[in-house]
Amino acid sequence: MSSARSPSLWSDRTISILSPLVLLGLWEICARTGIVDVRFFPAPSNIVKHLFELASSGALWRHVGASLYRLIVGFVVGCVPAIVIGLAIGLYRPVRAAFDPLISATYPIPKSSLLPLMLLIFGLGESSKIAMVAIGVFYPVVINTAAGVRQIAPIFLDVGRNFGASRFNMFRTVALPGALPLIMTGIKLGAGMGLVLIAIAEMVGAKQGLGYMIWNAWELFDVQTMYVGLFVIAIIGFVMNAGFDALERAIVPWRKG
Amino acid sequence: MAVQMSTAAIGDGGPVSAPKISLRDVTKRHDTQLALDRITLDIPASTFFVVVGPSGCGKTTLLRMLAGLDAPSDGRIVIADPQPGHPQNAMVFQGDSLFPWMTVWDNAAYGLTMRNVPKARIDDVVGHYLNKTGMYGARTLYPHQLSGGMRQRVSIARAFASDPDILLMDEPFSALDEQNKTLLHEELLRIWEETRKTVVFITHSVDEAVTLGDRIMVMTAGPGRIKTIVPVDLPRPRNVVELRHTPAYGELVYDIWAQLREEVDRARSREPGSKA
Repeated sequence: MSSARSPSLWSDRTISILSPLVLLGLWEICARTGIVDVRFFPAPSNIVKHLFELASSGALWRHVGASLYRLIVGFVVGCVPAIVIGLAIGLYRPVRAAFDPLISATYPIPKSSLLPLMLLIFGLGESSKIAMVAIGVFYPVVINTAAGVRQIAPIFLDVGRNFGASRFNMFRTVALPGALPLIMTGIKLGAGMGLVLIAIAEMVGAKQGLGYMIWNAWELFDVQTMYVGLFVIAIIGFVMNAGFDALERAIVPWRKG
Repeated sequence: MAVQMSTAAIGDGGPVSAPKISLRDVTKRHDTQLALDRITLDIPASTFFVVVGPSGCGKTTLLRMLAGLDAPSDGRIVIADPQPGHPQNAMVFQGDSLFPWMTVWDNAAYGLTMRNVPKARIDDVVGHYLNKTGMYGARTLYPHQLSGGMRQRVSIARAFASDPDILLMDEPFSALDEQNKTLLHEELLRIWEETRKTVVFITHSVDEAVTLGDRIMVMTAGPGRIKTIVPVDLPRPRNVVELRHTPAYGELVYDIWAQLREEVDRARSREPGSKA
């Protein structure tokens, strides 16, 4: 990294930390001076206070725990087949011919519109929520994995063949690592989609979870609790992204920069 | 049609003098375009065989067929069975062919790893060739941390470490600067003189061909045919820099360039925009 670039990078980071804080500060001032209606926009300090109340009563953790459980299980259920199928689509023409039309036809369906169908198939229990997350994760991962394999330079496939790689080793030593940078991109998009869908799925027919908490707060006109739910979802999304960035640096060490 | 892997002698050769590689009327068409036209050729074992020709004469196509990466449209390629425990061939590719996701060490060990060679043996062999190519100190680095010359050295170490019967080299040094090229010629000759493997080496540089080769095959402009095969009777071991000062070297370069020149001119005259 050049010395000329580092100060501007530092100030970029400073700006990106300051901007949300400034926004929260403005909001706080507006709420306290009565410029905005605190029934709809309670002061951030009050929301944080309420967050701690809900946390110490244990109610918040119950909801967070339920959502995270569904998110993690759904992520694994969606991600693993997506990577396997994506690699196969990228490597083998017949597999591509079989799956491409299915994926392009079903991809544009808004995933949230599948919730009634999932409820029909899986009922009101955990399975329907997990299925929603899995569907959300599946599409970005399968599409990016297949694209990742197809952008591998043909010379690497020649090297694999020339040095006697078996079919399994072609997967393991060429296709998977070659596609890994794009697979990680797909995983990040998929996890974000999973978070969107779990919140929606929990608003219907759930008895716990952050989506339920937000919906229930709306029905009781408990606006502060609603904001706590939104805050916590934002924090989960942020931590998730930072976690995947760190994971990417660890498992894609050959990526420049 | 088929590429056969067999020790069976062809024609009148007899088993003792059976060539390592033998081609009979090997033809390759890309769609309707004729790329290689009836190549018939024998390459004896332990020969450093160099192929020169103008761009687009099908040199790389020929090598890919020897590697089994492409099949001939017509004719037969017969390659002697490798000794037990050795792969038939290993290729040094043109351009960047190291896996960006593997360290220098894992790249160099790739062929052995794919054949499930015991780890102790892999450590020995890979260490040996990384030392020979001067890349041992860089074994934990990734390819993007290396210069082009260093990457090509690892690529050579990978091919030698795989310990094949035949080494196939496709313009391995064409992207390098003159100084790096000379050093790599020296390294390659040193390693080759220890192992004496059969080598098929593709280049467009006449200097490189004479410096390295035992025999030089000049190809015609597309469709590729054999124009001539010139033996190189320069003594070995060769010192790359000294060699270039000898009169015999100069004459060979002159002769081969004269042959090649006709083909380069022919190739040019067919380019769009040239005078008819």
